[in-house]
Amino acid sequence: MAGAEILGRLTWQLAEVVEVIDENSRARTIVLHCPEWRGHLAGQHIDIRLTAEDGYQAQRSYSIANAPHAERVAITVELVDEGEVSPFLIEELRVGDRFEIRGPIGGYFVWEPAVGGPLQLIGGGSGVVPLIAMMRARAETDDHVQVRYLSSARSFEDILYRAELKRLAEENDGVSVVHTLTRSHPEGWDGPTRRVDRDMLEGHAWSAQLRPLCFVCGPTGFVESVASILVDLGHEPRRIMTERFGPSGG
Amino acid sequence: MTYVTRGFRRKREESGPPDRVPPGQYLTSDFPVLSAGPTPRVSLDEWSLTVSDRDGETKSWSWSEFLELPRETVTVDIHCVTKWSKLDTVWEGVSIDTLLTDLGEPGSHVLVRSYGGYTTNLPTADVTGGRAWVAFGYGGQALAPEHGGPARLLVPHLYFWKSAKWVNALEFGDFDRRGFWESYGYHNYGDPWLEQRYSGD
Repeated sequence: MAGAEILGRLTWQLAEVVEVIDENSRARTIVLHCPEWRGHLAGQHIDIRLTAEDGYQAQRSYSIANAPHAERVAITVELVDEGEVSPFLIEELRVGDRFEIRGPIGGYFVWEPAVGGPLQLIGGGSGVVPLIAMMRARAETDDHVQVRYLSSARSFEDILYRAELKRLAEENDGVSVVHTLTRSHPEGWDGPTRRVDRDMLEGHAWSAQLRPLCFVCGPTGFVESVASILVDLGHEPRRIMTERFGPSGG
Repeated sequence: MTYVTRGFRRKREESGPPDRVPPGQYLTSDFPVLSAGPTPRVSLDEWSLTVSDRDGETKSWSWSEFLELPRETVTVDIHCVTKWSKLDTVWEGVSIDTLLTDLGEPGSHVLVRSYGGYTTNLPTADVTGGRAWVAFGYGGQALAPEHGGPARLLVPHLYFWKSAKWVNALEFGDFDRRGFWESYGYHNYGDPWLEQRYSGD
């Protein structure tokens, strides 16, 4: 597995918001410029630290959404109702604002093109954020790692990065993208409309015989269920990387 | 030097008692899960716990033998490196001191091994003297698999990745061998009150 041991001390660095992209009413991508950022691996995360005027500080962890680049880090934040940090980031933060970040953090739930494939990416809700980083990292290379991307969202509006994923699938032979909508779906929707289950994984995921590298990220219940079905289908537990986050936080 | 972020302010109702919530943490009432792979399937018929001392003497318990050991109920605060803290969690388990009773000198450190391949390392002083347990009950119930059941280590005074889920073996000795997250850049010791999240903190 691509090891990414953190060497030395992870210091706080000042980052400036250079772009905000409202993905939908509950999710926002924040693009940061950070002069000291040396790049990262797809799948890693950062810690952010916000400081109020009275000195109060809050820290949170967010997965990195962009492909590795020096000086640039993007995160996508999902609104946590009653949260302390996510409502600020989504509703108040604007271009030119600054806060501290440190990272990149994490060396297990990571992928880089040299690791190869095939890749099986399965995300629930905002669990797709580290997976889009992998899609973007793949898109920036010339090799053709085969990738299947399966996301579960509540509604059509909740699908993150939909237009970009559509384009990636259309432009690449080796990319398939499937979204399932669990609560509501628009008229004429031809994709699945249920939670990810065994049938869906048999139909849309690589078979275990191909020994794909599986990355599963989302809420705990989602990850527990998907990882367990993958094991049932014969995937080796050591080739199933998981990252989970509960409804708390934010 | 710190930088004030325009417009950010505290939501007062969220801050917990400062003597119980370490720096950089926030309180949660649910119980988030963090693990690197699928939840291992461990049947109670096959479950065992093995403890070895510095000289390689070992002692093993089957599930039924383990449940016959003296148990303790503890109420503790827990702190995850991903920033959540949870107060007054109630656990049932067997103290590591109890597991070491019939063994020789443990040595300076312990490497904890879990079903599924996870490992973590701790100083012996942090798991003895009534500071750590192998827990099999949580909140009056059997410990759920996603939270580490059948049994997990419980070391509440360190960040919670040290409280290895699905524990299978405690290898004591005189060497400090880095565990899973410790090899990936997380702090070797992990004191939440010193905010030792990552290597170098």
